[in-house]
Amino acid sequence: MGFLQRPFVVLLLILTYQLLQCLVAFGSVNEGDQKQEQFSEELLLKPLPDRKVLAHFHFQSSAPPSAANGRHHHLFPKAISQLIQKFQVKEMELSFTHGRWNYESWGGFDPIASSNAKPPGVELWAVFDVAQDQIDASWKNLTHALSGLFCASINFLESTTTYSSPEWSFPPASGNLRYGTLPREAVCTENLTPWLKLLPCRDKAGLSVLLDRPSIYRGYYHSQRLHLTARGSGSKEMDSGIVLDQTLTVVLQPNSRRAGMVHASENHIQPSWSLSSMFGKQVIGKCILAKSSNVYLQLDSSLVSPTNSITSENFWTNPSFELSANPDSLLIEENSLHSKGLSVLYKFQVENYSESEPFDLGFTWKNPVIWSCQQAPLHASRFLMGSGNERGAIAIFLKSKQLNEGFIGFNADNERCELRVDVFQVVPWYVKVYFHSLQVFVDQQPKAVSDVIEKIRVSPSKDKVSPGMMEIVLKLPCRVKSAALTIDFDKGFLHIDEYPPDANQGFDIPSAIISFPDFHASMDFPEDDSMNKSSLLSKFKEKSPVMSYTEVLLVPLTTPDFSMPYNVITITCTVFALYFGSLLNVLRRRVAEEERFLKEKAANKTGGLSMMLSKLSAKLRGRPWEPPQSVQHLSSFINSKLVFKVILVAGLAVGWQYFFS
Amino acid sequence: MGKKKTETAPFSFWSWVIASIVLRLILIYFPKNLNLASRPEVSTPLTSFRRLAEGYWLKQSSMSPYAGSMYHGSPLLLSLLGPLTVKRIEGQPNHLLYSLVSVIADVVSAMLLRATGKSLQLTYLRSLESLDLVKQIRFSEILSSGDVAALIYLWNPFTIVACVGLSTSPIENMAVILCLYGACSRRVPLAAFGWVIATHLSLYPAILIIPVIFLLGCGPDAPPRKLFLQTNQQEKVLNPSKLPPAFSWRPIVHFVFWALLWSVYVLVLCGVSLRQFGGLLEMFKSTYGFILTVEDLSPNIGVLWYFFAEVFDFFRDFFLIVFHVNILFMILPLAIRLHHHPCFLAFVYVAIFSMLKSYPSVGDSALYLGLLEMQFSFFLFCGYVGVSLLSPVMHNLWIWRGTGNANFYFATAMVYACLQIILVVESLPLGTMEFPSNRLMAVSSASELCLPPFAVFLPLTIERDPVDGRQTFLERDAFQYRGRARGMHVILPVKCKWEVVMEMIGMGMD
Repeated sequence: MGFLQRPFVVLLLILTYQLLQCLVAFGSVNEGDQKQEQFSEELLLKPLPDRKVLAHFHFQSSAPPSAANGRHHHLFPKAISQLIQKFQVKEMELSFTHGRWNYESWGGFDPIASSNAKPPGVELWAVFDVAQDQIDASWKNLTHALSGLFCASINFLESTTTYSSPEWSFPPASGNLRYGTLPREAVCTENLTPWLKLLPCRDKAGLSVLLDRPSIYRGYYHSQRLHLTARGSGSKEMDSGIVLDQTLTVVLQPNSRRAGMVHASENHIQPSWSLSSMFGKQVIGKCILAKSSNVYLQLDSSLVSPTNSITSENFWTNPSFELSANPDSLLIEENSLHSKGLSVLYKFQVENYSESEPFDLGFTWKNPVIWSCQQAPLHASRFLMGSGNERGAIAIFLKSKQLNEGFIGFNADNERCELRVDVFQVVPWYVKVYFHSLQVFVDQQPKAVSDVIEKIRVSPSKDKVSPGMMEIVLKLPCRVKSAALTIDFDKGFLHIDEYPPDANQGFDIPSAIISFPDFHASMDFPEDDSMNKSSLLSKFKEKSPVMSYTEVLLVPLTTPDFSMPYNVITITCTVFALYFGSLLNVLRRRVAEEERFLKEKAANKTGGLSMMLSKLSAKLRGRPWEPPQSVQHLSSFINSKLVFKVILVAGLAVGWQYFFS
Repeated sequence: MGKKKTETAPFSFWSWVIASIVLRLILIYFPKNLNLASRPEVSTPLTSFRRLAEGYWLKQSSMSPYAGSMYHGSPLLLSLLGPLTVKRIEGQPNHLLYSLVSVIADVVSAMLLRATGKSLQLTYLRSLESLDLVKQIRFSEILSSGDVAALIYLWNPFTIVACVGLSTSPIENMAVILCLYGACSRRVPLAAFGWVIATHLSLYPAILIIPVIFLLGCGPDAPPRKLFLQTNQQEKVLNPSKLPPAFSWRPIVHFVFWALLWSVYVLVLCGVSLRQFGGLLEMFKSTYGFILTVEDLSPNIGVLWYFFAEVFDFFRDFFLIVFHVNILFMILPLAIRLHHHPCFLAFVYVAIFSMLKSYPSVGDSALYLGLLEMQFSFFLFCGYVGVSLLSPVMHNLWIWRGTGNANFYFATAMVYACLQIILVVESLPLGTMEFPSNRLMAVSSASELCLPPFAVFLPLTIERDPVDGRQTFLERDAFQYRGRARGMHVILPVKCKWEVVMEMIGMGMD
């Protein structure tokens, strides 16, 4: 009986403990929202000028400081919290991106463009809260953990050749930062599924229902991102233990089914869209676990300003478009630096909808409208120069948009107005950059490097050890039309094993990051109820410098002949053998005359003497004559030696025989 | 005829020197130095000008010049030549000052070669004196071998290309030649300085310590002592004062002392200039370590780059050891066989290491060709011309056009290596020849009398008349005879008996 009872007791204990825990957790709900794990889901929709639509999903889970409720979580994904505990991650961002953000038509100034537009492939950066010498080890473990978590080859970022540690040009600048990218990484559903698994409702309920794989991957651009912020419990901001922001940004082309049917003038009208036409799904209701579930429709400042009469009364009777659902509220941007007008947010609360009345926002254009998004101060692009596979040059070209005269105006009052541009560039080691060849052209005039570059920090690449990194702060005059940086490089030659399977495709140089610290991409939409703050909008409010990523460059490198290793080894070794053999042969060989001379000597000897003796005498030649006895003595000595040897061998044989018998 | 030559020779020498300088300057004034600076044949990772400039830039921006894997040269070169990489004169080519330094280095090397040749000539004169042969030879008629060596060094296309291509190999070559000059002229500190600097710059000249020791110990060219003894024994006259000097340890001890002194000096200088950047350990790691572990696999005219690009990783260390030991293995046998001809020994060493070194360039070939100073056989000449024409073509096809592949370029490198092997192997018998034959016994002691321009020379034999025992030379006015022996023309500046020469050459041929 005693044996049976013990497990029962243990079970009972476990059950009561769990119950207690639940009680404590529910109790904490009542105590206040601050100490609770929270989840909120939001979707931002935004028509883009080039007949496309941006959909930006934002899921935020937060957990209170781990000390408060131990290692148990209700909503917060356990995998992530373990990751943070294990590797002491302070802040981390991982993004999987497919396609390239079109800065010119999709905007480069708003928070979405500057913090959610990511370079193609995988980008990972992390700030650690460990001692300097353990950062690399933590980073390596982190990459492996993430690689397993997201089914991606993030573990390639483990090698020191792929990551770098920027000091100040990358915005969350800190000494404990590691930054790495994999431009070649193919992003697909296998990365999305584990990402969705981190959501409490997965893709079964709430806004994430919209994440229909075929429609997402049909888009022009999609980027799934995971941003983690962990603040230690010791810090003053007690409100947030761990905050996990999961965003997915998609740019979709709505189907314009009516294009063929309607007359030509309607072709200029932007295609109308609805959630169901873009995603093939409708939102049935909110995720029950979510605190809030909102959908926003953002209209650009330049899009709404022509109407000029946006008030809270007539905001949905807009002349240029029509909405199928009535928004719950309207938010207008406030206090922006630029004078262009203010963008507008329509807010829809998903909780008002149900299965019988699903939420399907439809957006129908009535008049053709042309507008443009806000651009970054300078548009950055990057390209390669030169031909051939020996060397080349990277050029980063910054071009001013005439449109943004307005923003520069804010500090144009003083004469020496300057525009600060930070450039952060990582090049893999096989692109051997000559930093001394850095040239700067401002308005197509070559400038002395020291005039334009305020600060520069490089860490040159070490072959097969570390990539090259370049951080530059440029001070350009405000009226600059264009600026260009060029830097020469030599292409490296790799070992045959270091080439990827498709070696002739070329190698990628990761995107450069151009940031404008003087400009902040922030949008402030004052909300009516301060109790229920939207996490998306508070993200928008954060002041982060305007950033843009340049294109990934494809550098073709020469390849050796991959089928040749055996041939090369054998041929080279043959040449070395030829060298060694023929040289030794020549050294060993006597000149013909010399040989003849030795032969004559040998022939002169009368037959009585042995070969050995003749050699001896040849050796002794030239010395004073020696009496024959010594020779005799020598020969007899050698004979006795021989006899001695024979006896020794015989003795050994006898001993051997005796010992083993 | 002969008189005319003696008058015109010095004049023509200087005019040729000036012409070679002018040619270099003209080439320097071509735009972008004819792109020679980026040719893989001219600039290796060790000698490249752009890498030097990069190292200087890194140093100027207060980083270690070895921070990346760009610069692998000496910190001293960085301090001396670095400022020249950035200094520009208005209206002049970009790197004029640096090119001028290379030109000066070339000219100095040529002058040192000339002086070395002269000092060798003097030695032979002395050894002729010891055999009482000097009366028969009128040295005034001899074309100075040093002049020829200097001119050949200056006009060698490889030298010119290395000089115009802004590589640092002219300076490295100058250090090697300085070392040999110091040893030949018995200026021990100079020899030690040259040796230390050459070793510091490119590691491989370290093995030149053996010929230098022989040079200092027994003089520039010491025929075997026993031959003199034999000669004198036959003549029943023993004149110890006229014997060649025996091996003496005094200059060698001096040399070692000075070498230690200079190397400490150089190391201290390097240490001072690298004090805040990781010190000497990092310097050794990224200069000698880089040389020994063939890290850079960019193509050059050697064979190792492709080998190590293709070889399986787990064999890499093994083959690194094998290839470097290949150089070391040959040191001892060559030293034993050629210790009577230290200059020739030096030539063979230089040829071997410039063939087997990790990052060879044509500048290295220029050095040993300058030391050798001989005219090639037609075959070798064609080979060198062919390789130097084909190599750029193959490189262009592979790298720039993408129509060829690496094997094409590698094939020219293989041919080049084979040519060098043939050159060394073919020239060796000349250095090892001694003629202890019965018939020529009396004169074999003088077998080294032929005046070697610098290194290779054909042993000259002088026949003794069997009737009156006088040593005679042919009265025929053979100012210089170019005989073909083993595929090489050899300058015989001394009047000598036609038949003897023919016989000797015949021997060389079989």
